[in-house]
Amino acid sequence: MFIFKKNLSSKKRRLLLENLEGYLFISPWLFGFIVFSLWAMFASLYYSFTKWNILSSPQLIGLENYKDMFKDPLFYKSLRNTFYFTLLAVPSQMVVALGLALLLNQKIRGQQIYRTVYYLPTVISGAAVALLWMIILNPVSGVINRMLGWFGIEGPAWMLDPKWVIPALVLMTLWGVGGPMVIFLAALQGVPRALYEAAEIDGAGLFKRFIHITLPMISPVLFFNFLMAVIGSLKVFSSAFFMFGTEGGPRNSALFSVLYLFANAFHYFKMGYASALAWGLFIIILAVTLLVFKSSPLWVYYEGELKK
Amino acid sequence: MFLSVNLKRIFLKKVFKQGAIYAILSTGAVLTLIPVVWMISRSFMRLEDTSTDMWIPNPFTLMAYIDVFTKQPFGLYLYNTVLVTTLGVLGTLLSCSLTAFGFAFLRFKGRELLFILVLSTMMLPGEVTMIPLYRIFYSLGWIDTFKPLIVPTFFGSAFFIFLLRQFFLTIPRDILEAARIDGASSLRIWWQIILPISRPALVTVAVFTFLGLWNDLMGPLIYISSPKKYTLSMALLSYKSLYFEYTNMMSAAALITLLPCVIIFFLAQRAFIEGIATTGIKR
Repeated sequence: MFIFKKNLSSKKRRLLLENLEGYLFISPWLFGFIVFSLWAMFASLYYSFTKWNILSSPQLIGLENYKDMFKDPLFYKSLRNTFYFTLLAVPSQMVVALGLALLLNQKIRGQQIYRTVYYLPTVISGAAVALLWMIILNPVSGVINRMLGWFGIEGPAWMLDPKWVIPALVLMTLWGVGGPMVIFLAALQGVPRALYEAAEIDGAGLFKRFIHITLPMISPVLFFNFLMAVIGSLKVFSSAFFMFGTEGGPRNSALFSVLYLFANAFHYFKMGYASALAWGLFIIILAVTLLVFKSSPLWVYYEGELKK
Repeated sequence: MFLSVNLKRIFLKKVFKQGAIYAILSTGAVLTLIPVVWMISRSFMRLEDTSTDMWIPNPFTLMAYIDVFTKQPFGLYLYNTVLVTTLGVLGTLLSCSLTAFGFAFLRFKGRELLFILVLSTMMLPGEVTMIPLYRIFYSLGWIDTFKPLIVPTFFGSAFFIFLLRQFFLTIPRDILEAARIDGASSLRIWWQIILPISRPALVTVAVFTFLGLWNDLMGPLIYISSPKKYTLSMALLSYKSLYFEYTNMMSAAALITLLPCVIIFFLAQRAFIEGIATTGIKR
């Protein structure tokens, strides 16, 4: 009896130690999660109901910030710009990335070299890329307008023309299309050859094979790339800030949501209002993500699904 | 006779198709490289040559590079960036591998639930937590120091914890059991067995963290104000507002900034492309 009890308690102790050890190992993340995510999220929500400039302490003002937001023409402007950018950037990214991946997936020599070249621009981002594009998109001395000139085309003023600012930024993101391209390529290489052979015997052409085999087989990866591109586009910031600062370019044509949020927080020190903007953005991203997820059964095909 | 004509047609069609593929791919590759080639060529030119159609610098000069380093302490900015990036990579590797080890190999209450929380934090955009974090670092007196850029890396990052845990789960358990029977502690197993086996995954994490920190603009923008603490991103911003007309100097500054990223890319290319490809496919 006594021995049994001792055993039990030693088992308990071992269990306790095991638990303790587990928590010790995950403690870096656990602490970070509690402070940097959980607390910060609720704090940000709280600040969004306050007037606060960092120096004084936050003052509760109810829904005032949100009301201001819906009356703020710059908020609408930033939203419109962000959506317009997303609408242009995401589909063109998907088409170019998938197109290149399809070509690379053919039996060609130098596949590795092409892949490396296309992937290379994705390793640089932020300030250096923005500076690089400012130089090459210079209306007079930049290489792009010079090359257009060879074909007798007079290039636009790009970053100086409100109409061309967003298309120029889209062009910049297309330069980094190697990221999704590599993911598409890996997916294409995973499509079983037998499916194509069977379809060819049945007389399906190139286009039909693409629509009925390739597209469904890679749709989970298309889903992943699409979602990543949408979220990335909604959060566009660095290049626009680097080029135009907090004003957001000629006639606010590059005033994006995150840029406007940043300007309010760290330029005008309207921390409360900026927190409200952050929550507005968060809700939009969440809604779009949810929409993409909910729509996925309509267009994403998972191979394992039937077996379930 | 008939057969051979048909074969010829099929052959021609194939050649044509192959040719079209190579033409498109090569045009794309050239277009991709032109911006960088253009920058390289400008950076070795005199200012007056940069607005010409010249591609090969003539005369060839290093003046732009000398300007970059002498007009402002660019060497110091480089050092600052190396410091922040190195410590940040170290912090990320340490915190993420420890946490991932806990989630992959140790048993504790609420493990599954906590792991779901790890995944869900990936959904939380940094823009939401940015202002509260600023407040924390402000009250700690850390504004205009490197601490707000470095310290958070020591508390893990959801995506890399996930990536490492997935990798750890592929390691055969027998090795671990054997080590345990020999009396090795968890900490020793983590350091002496798991980390060495997981080199490819750790390289992937290190490379992505490096690139993220090296190219980061928003972090330094929020926390750094005195010029002697500028990172390269901030330095480029200040150069842009001061010397933008000096195309050769701007090109040189941008090139020096992006060169380490390109070198890292070539050193770790395999980890890179395979790493990113598999993260996209594994669900």
